[in-house]
Amino acid sequence: MYGFEAMTFNIHGGYLEAIVRGHRAGLLTAADYNNLCQCETLDDIKMHLSATDYGPYLQNEPSPLHTTTVVEKCTLKLVDEYKHMLCQATEPLSTFLEYITYGHMIDNVVLIVTGTLHERDVQELLEKCHPLGMFDSIATLAVAQNMRELYRLVLVDTPLAPYFSECITSEDLDDMNIEIMRNTLYKAYLEDFYKFCQKLGGATAEIMSDLLAFEADRRAVNITINSIGTELTRDDRRKLYSNFGLLYPYGHEELAVCEDIDQVRGAMEKYPPYQSIFSKLSYGESQMLDKAFYEEEVKRLCLAFEQQFHYGVFFAYMRLREQEIRNLMWISECVAQNQKSRVHDSVVFIF
Amino acid sequence: MAGSSSWSTALIMISPYTFSAIGIAIAIGVSVLGAAWGIYITGSSLIGAAIKAPRITSKNLISVIFCEAVAIYGVIVAIILQTKLESVPSSQIYAPESLRAGYSIFASGIIVGFANLVCGLCVGIIGSSCALSDAQNSSLFVKILVIEIFGSALGLFGVIVGIIMSAQATWPAKSV
Repeated sequence: MYGFEAMTFNIHGGYLEAIVRGHRAGLLTAADYNNLCQCETLDDIKMHLSATDYGPYLQNEPSPLHTTTVVEKCTLKLVDEYKHMLCQATEPLSTFLEYITYGHMIDNVVLIVTGTLHERDVQELLEKCHPLGMFDSIATLAVAQNMRELYRLVLVDTPLAPYFSECITSEDLDDMNIEIMRNTLYKAYLEDFYKFCQKLGGATAEIMSDLLAFEADRRAVNITINSIGTELTRDDRRKLYSNFGLLYPYGHEELAVCEDIDQVRGAMEKYPPYQSIFSKLSYGESQMLDKAFYEEEVKRLCLAFEQQFHYGVFFAYMRLREQEIRNLMWISECVAQNQKSRVHDSVVFIF
Repeated sequence: MAGSSSWSTALIMISPYTFSAIGIAIAIGVSVLGAAWGIYITGSSLIGAAIKAPRITSKNLISVIFCEAVAIYGVIVAIILQTKLESVPSSQIYAPESLRAGYSIFASGIIVGFANLVCGLCVGIIGSSCALSDAQNSSLFVKILVIEIFGSALGLFGVIVGIIMSAQATWPAKSV
């Protein structure tokens, strides 16, 4: 019953909620980011990070450091925290935590299939996969020739199986089809996650609906912008939009017919929450759109922590950490390539 | 006694001792339920938060103590109530005086039990939020403690009214 979660939530979720809030206290603040942006070399970055929660993970790395090592170790920390929480969790929290990683699983599947298409080595691809999205038999993906085989050989045993019903065709895998497959899978995943959260009810349903609706809308806009000028038809484009969110269904009708960015802007400015995002960009500019969306997402994720006794804090924490790792990667790349003037182009401060 | 079978007759024919005993059971049983509920709500959050911020443990035990106080109120009132029980001769069991005494002990037990139930719950939920906020920002602890103190006053109100209620539980004198 909404409003009375406080009476029974702590039976199963109290300990883990307190742990995730403790982890949140360790997210890097604006002061940390300012220090990191002043660094000259990657060893300076390592030194600054050793005072934060990342210390134990980076201290044994030998110099010279690479940016990929920094990112890899930071991701390892996130994976350790996630696994710790997952093994302590009971239903339905454990299912909720698993849902958070299906997005990474989809990305990994697409990475391996694309890499195989371009004739890369399977081992090399496996190393590039995100550790949260690994599953057994992922290496067998390299063998499949079309989607039906992909499904039959590997994916039927994974949690992604139910998402495949809309995209099993016998077409060969090429770049265009793989992108369509990725977006179809992600659409099915988001709708499934949304239905699951609605079933949980209470504060979890309310907060997660808002966060997932924003995700769905953001993906709709990105799909529209990325498919302008390609051979994706309007109907195909509309099929990739999710069935929930602020833009559903009228915004999707307008986005499906957009042919350039200004039309997209016109369609989005009818919705007050997105109008503020688009007003930050001047006409004809789309590079800063990603950063504007990330900022809006971070703002909403931080708001999820304002309420107690719901599962949204776990989702918000995982996303905030991923944003932080993106920030660290950008800062490390700028420092390593001596382009410190561009550092603030893409860093999104969380606090 | 009248031989008619109606609900009101059935209710009046329940022995006042039954009502008194149930009242005493509710006084202690439901109070302890409230205290236990509050303690586990606070305790689980406190344990998890103390992993990253070990300094909060000693101060936040106050929340657990406030919940425990609720159970102690229940014990005190139950002991007071059971001293009010007296035996009356069997001819006097259904006299109005006896019924009045039985009902007032029953009511006193319900008052104390349920007031302590909600008080324990209230203090427990606030204690959980207090532990989590203290872990992030230690200046918040004293301010949230004030809220908890107001919450624990609810149990006291119940105890006061319950004791006043049971003070007038006088059974009829033995010789009639």
